[in-house]
Amino acid sequence: MSSPPRPPSAAPPGRQSLRRTRPCYGERVIQALLLLAALVSVATTAGIVVSLIPPTAEFFGRVDVGAFLGGTEWTALFTKPEYGVLPLLGATLLITVIALLVAIPVGLGAAIYLSEYASPRVRQVLKPALEVLAGVPTVVYGFFALSFVTPLLQDHWPFGEGPDFNNALSAGIVMGVMIIPTIASLSEDAMAAVPGALRDGAYALGSGKRIVSVRVVVPAALSGIVAACVLGISRAIGETMIVAIASGNRATLSFNPLDAMQTMTGFIAQAGSGDIPVQSFEYKTIFAVGALLFVITFVMNMLSIRLVRKYREVYE
Amino acid sequence: MTDIRVTEPPARAAPRKLAGPRFRPGETAFRTLLLCCLAVGIIFLGVLLTYVLVEAWPRLDSRLWNNFPSIRRPERAGAQSAIFGTIWVVAFTALFCLPTGVMAAIYLEEYADPNRWYNRLIELNIQNLAAVPSIIYGILGLGLLARQLSLGTTVLTAALTLSLLVMPVVIIASREAIRAVPQSIRQASLALGATQWQTIRRQVLPAAVPGIATGSILALSRAIGEAAPLLLLGAVTYVAFNPEGLESAYTVLPIQIFGWISQSREEFHHLAAAAIVILLAILLLMNAAAIWLRNRFSKRW
Repeated sequence: MSSPPRPPSAAPPGRQSLRRTRPCYGERVIQALLLLAALVSVATTAGIVVSLIPPTAEFFGRVDVGAFLGGTEWTALFTKPEYGVLPLLGATLLITVIALLVAIPVGLGAAIYLSEYASPRVRQVLKPALEVLAGVPTVVYGFFALSFVTPLLQDHWPFGEGPDFNNALSAGIVMGVMIIPTIASLSEDAMAAVPGALRDGAYALGSGKRIVSVRVVVPAALSGIVAACVLGISRAIGETMIVAIASGNRATLSFNPLDAMQTMTGFIAQAGSGDIPVQSFEYKTIFAVGALLFVITFVMNMLSIRLVRKYREVYE
Repeated sequence: MTDIRVTEPPARAAPRKLAGPRFRPGETAFRTLLLCCLAVGIIFLGVLLTYVLVEAWPRLDSRLWNNFPSIRRPERAGAQSAIFGTIWVVAFTALFCLPTGVMAAIYLEEYADPNRWYNRLIELNIQNLAAVPSIIYGILGLGLLARQLSLGTTVLTAALTLSLLVMPVVIIASREAIRAVPQSIRQASLALGATQWQTIRRQVLPAAVPGIATGSILALSRAIGEAAPLLLLGAVTYVAFNPEGLESAYTVLPIQIFGWISQSREEFHHLAAAAIVILLAILLLMNAAAIWLRNRFSKRW
């Protein structure tokens, strides 16, 4: 009964013995078909790169790279266009920071509770309940941010002038809640992978549960937790509908979260949902901003995958 | 592995007994803080659902699924074209992405040698794709499918784009289901003289079906809620008819909701909330089906 647990990334024992003396062409055909299906994912990435490069190259044929990355005016859809991406980048950064200020503490707290304190039955109920948050469509979050959170902030703003009708703050807060399950679930996995012996050692030295959680389990699971946070950053940078609905459509370089601003994804959504002629230069700006977005999230994803690998290597 | 399992439960249970009657304010405060963190998410969800339901209440009637959208008269507007558009798009998304995704998962779990560079590349690639922003898929659909392959902004383009978008989810879930089938089943089948494909088709796949189905439903529920890529694929235009084929123009529920939110009149917000209730009801039903499937059919080996 006790079959040895197969490590996920190792060939099953006995594969060599499967070699037949007689060639079996049907099997070969099936294997080739299956490989083809797996290659669809590679083709997807290639397709993304291929669809991004030519329009982006054309864009940079007319706009200087330095002016694009260093410019502080973004008026791509106006009659006198300026293509400085900093306002879009700044807004993306600001909303991401707000989202992470919500998601990281709350997500980590929830993860520690689920992993260290909750009984298995409680965990069985609460974990899926938390994960429902990840299944809510982002357009619903956008609606909620615009028509519930913003009025709430406007009515109860304690100091000075309240936030605008469109503002980065409510988009960021709601986006943070959206990211909580990502961070909680991945960090919980990392904490569950910490061997029990480490906890037992700490308990044997007289530590309470809080000390064990904060000083033993969290540091031991740190690379997994960091990976979860990096993935959260990537989600926040790429999230579109919430910012398109709640944070406004004016690209202004401002770091006041009460102002309306436009993120990279917000611009792509606005430009892409309008009626821009295919041959026009405005159409190419979508791809240029998209290329920048893809590069940033690609780097983040690779970083996160790296970190997850690292903690897996330590304890398995 | 086995001796850890034997010793773990008593070792885990012991500190609780040792905690003793002493009152520890730090411990209690910390525990309460953690519970609050967990509560934030769940309370937020509760408030969101309640708010949407309250906002939707005046408009939650048969007009919503009997009538077509109307820009002038919100009291007569409905979401029939969006509901049917969603059904069309998601049906074809399932048709495109489920077979491909499951086949890719079978290849990666049963055939691929993980030490080969190209298999590692495929794996890394899938992990990366799972976290690529969805609007980037919209750019892919716009640049490659709609323009280069000149498929236009149709149900077909939308379904292809969404199936590429949720394919990583299908692959990852199916791989986990296939991996959970114990090795001894495969070995027994091979020992009886079955070929590798016969083993997979007759033993591994039937055992993995509940897991694959659960993952597929969750992937499709993501496709239903997705709006960002379709913004770029022409779903925003005002559509007052149901799709009649792959070449047809379409709109979907999330996009219709987005359109109504962008209107300034109050009635449209109630309409948006009502459509959100329908969307969430569909998603909840799908999630419930996934949970039911997992509980009802999953085997413990």
